[in-house]
Amino acid sequence: MTSTISLTIDGQPVEAPADATVLQAAEAAGITIPTLCHHPNLTPPAVCRLCVVEWEGRRTLQPACVTQVAADAVIHTRSPRVDLARRTILEMLATTVDLSDAPELRAMLAEYDAHPERFGEDLTRREHEVIIDNSFFVRDYDKCVLCWRCVEACGTDMEHAFALGFSGRGFETSIATFFENPMPETTCVFCGNCVGVCPTGALKDRRVFELEMATDY
Amino acid sequence: MSYEPVLTARIGKIDPASLTDYEAHGGFQALIRAVELGPGRVVALMEEATLLGRGGAAFPAGIKWRAVHQAEGPKFVVANADESEPGTFKDRVLMEGDPYALIEAVILAGFATAADKGFIYVRGEYARAYQRLRHAIARCYEAGYLGRDILGSGFEFHIELRRGAGAYICGEETALFESIEGKRGYPRLKPPFPTQAGLFGRPTLINNVETLINALHIVLRGPAWFNSIGPAHSPGPKLYPLSGRVQRPGLVEAPMGITLRELIEEHGGGVSGSGEFRVALVGGAAGAFLGPDHLNTPLDFRSLASIGAALGSGAVIVFDTSVDMKPILQRIADFFAHESCGKCYPCQLGTMRQRDIIARMVAGQGRPGDLQLLRDIGQTMRDTSICGLGQTASNAILSAFELKLT
Ligand SMILES: Cc1cc2nc3c(=O)[nH]c(=O)nc-3n(C[C@H](O)[C@H](O)[C@H](O)COP(=O)(O)O)c2cc1C
Ligand code: SF4
Ligand code: FES
Repeated sequence: MTSTISLTIDGQPVEAPADATVLQAAEAAGITIPTLCHHPNLTPPAVCRLCVVEWEGRRTLQPACVTQVAADAVIHTRSPRVDLARRTILEMLATTVDLSDAPELRAMLAEYDAHPERFGEDLTRREHEVIIDNSFFVRDYDKCVLCWRCVEACGTDMEHAFALGFSGRGFETSIATFFENPMPETTCVFCGNCVGVCPTGALKDRRVFELEMATDY
Repeated sequence: MSYEPVLTARIGKIDPASLTDYEAHGGFQALIRAVELGPGRVVALMEEATLLGRGGAAFPAGIKWRAVHQAEGPKFVVANADESEPGTFKDRVLMEGDPYALIEAVILAGFATAADKGFIYVRGEYARAYQRLRHAIARCYEAGYLGRDILGSGFEFHIELRRGAGAYICGEETALFESIEGKRGYPRLKPPFPTQAGLFGRPTLINNVETLINALHIVLRGPAWFNSIGPAHSPGPKLYPLSGRVQRPGLVEAPMGITLRELIEEHGGGVSGSGEFRVALVGGAAGAFLGPDHLNTPLDFRSLASIGAALGSGAVIVFDTSVDMKPILQRIADFFAHESCGKCYPCQLGTMRQRDIIARMVAGQGRPGDLQLLRDIGQTMRDTSICGLGQTASNAILSAFELKLT
């Protein structure tokens, strides 16, 4: 039995289980906080930072998806600081990643009045070739937002196949197989879980991909 | 104004390979004293001394020692010897010149916290420090300072030496744990904190090399002695790695809180190059630029925090009026873009966009809104990054624009 605590979210008194996250407490109170890397069936990697909220008295903004509530906390899910952070992250993401297959993210860009074009044209890009190395799914890493979902689904959260990991570092980070080997040469069992959790169309069923290509979708 | 160096007293006077030389110059006296006092009393001394962590975050050491002392085993002690902050070379001088002192300090910390094992994580580029520590650890096993029943206390302790592979991020304590565990050097989310779940998920005391060496002197001379040096809010001896345009660059040991002017004039022999001071980068790349207005600011944690700067590692890089600051800003921006681990979006994207914008400004092709962009990126990184790398990656750059250095 976990106890219940009271806190304030957006001026509204909220009751929540003591071990709830801010995201859970807000959702239960009907308050929506945007998320990207968070997925209900996966360990939250808390890497996108789009879910950050302002917690009075704390030095930095807090990621709602992993931050545990506390009694008497006063939390703002929208504030100038929160909006600036979300807008800037979204703008930088849009200058880096092809979001054409990510309608939720494009809607978020509109909601936060994001203007990626203010960053100018002469920016460092991530360049990837589309990888078609098996008959089941296609990897188009120009559309990858590095949310970690596929890596987690392939690992201990779902499949325990461990075919996916990382290569590179910083801005040049990429989701990759060991030594970037073709998928059939890895421990991949083609379960499709990674395709299922990908939020941006970077991982796609091969037939869907080919149909889209053929029909100029 | 006469100050007798404590942390660096043996350096240059003893043979760093020789255990007998170390012992003849006060070596292992602190450990012997600690064994007489017992773990509880040693931790109490550490709490009484206001020793703020010298690795950059200024966290009170006594609180960490107490927490790990009280935690259930197995538990670990880790010496953070990754020292990758630009302009910082204090731990290197300590480890190369007096390697047994770090080993004694790790054993002492292990004894006080009843830890099972110690790790020393040495920056990969520090080949000489690594060799000297390796030799010293072997000698300590032979002499019975490591292994079973140390100094007849019944305490068993081991030290494992690990080398980094060149990543700045692996100096961040939780990325360092990941690295020791054989994983990618990604920082973890906090909480849990290292004292709760650190290395291999166990309670862990992690301290910087200089912090640990201070513990030896606190045990030997007492917290009252320690607290009497420098300002009461952040006392103790302090190492200042001084470089750049000064007549005598090098490692300075001084009481905490000497001013920038004292450091440059009295210890560094004055500004070189044009001879006229322009600006100093205090705290390394993660720090901030301080102009002539701050020459009288005491170099201690609180005084610098109060003006929006940070002491960080204590590194001070001096620039004279003849230096073109544009390439310096580019170097700093490049550094963070290169060293970002890429785990969280604000830093993964922000360090690169910061670098892109600085590059076009330096090339004379800046756009009207560029300074605002740098400020937005900076605030976003500071407010939302997972770890200190992203949180501080815009400090130096924004402070440079504040001072109109370009
Ligand atoms: C990017 C980054 C790099 C760091 N590098 C170092 C380092 O090289 N050495 C160090 O002692 N602390 C470093 N730190 C600070 C550590 O995370 C940690 O605060 C420190 O080891 C704690 O020891 P202390 O309390 O004795 O200072 C770094 C922090 C960050 C965010
Ligand atoms: S702040 Fe930078 S270095 Fe730290 S976790 Fe985020 S991406 Fe990695
Ligand atoms: S949803 Fe919380 S950090 Fe991504």
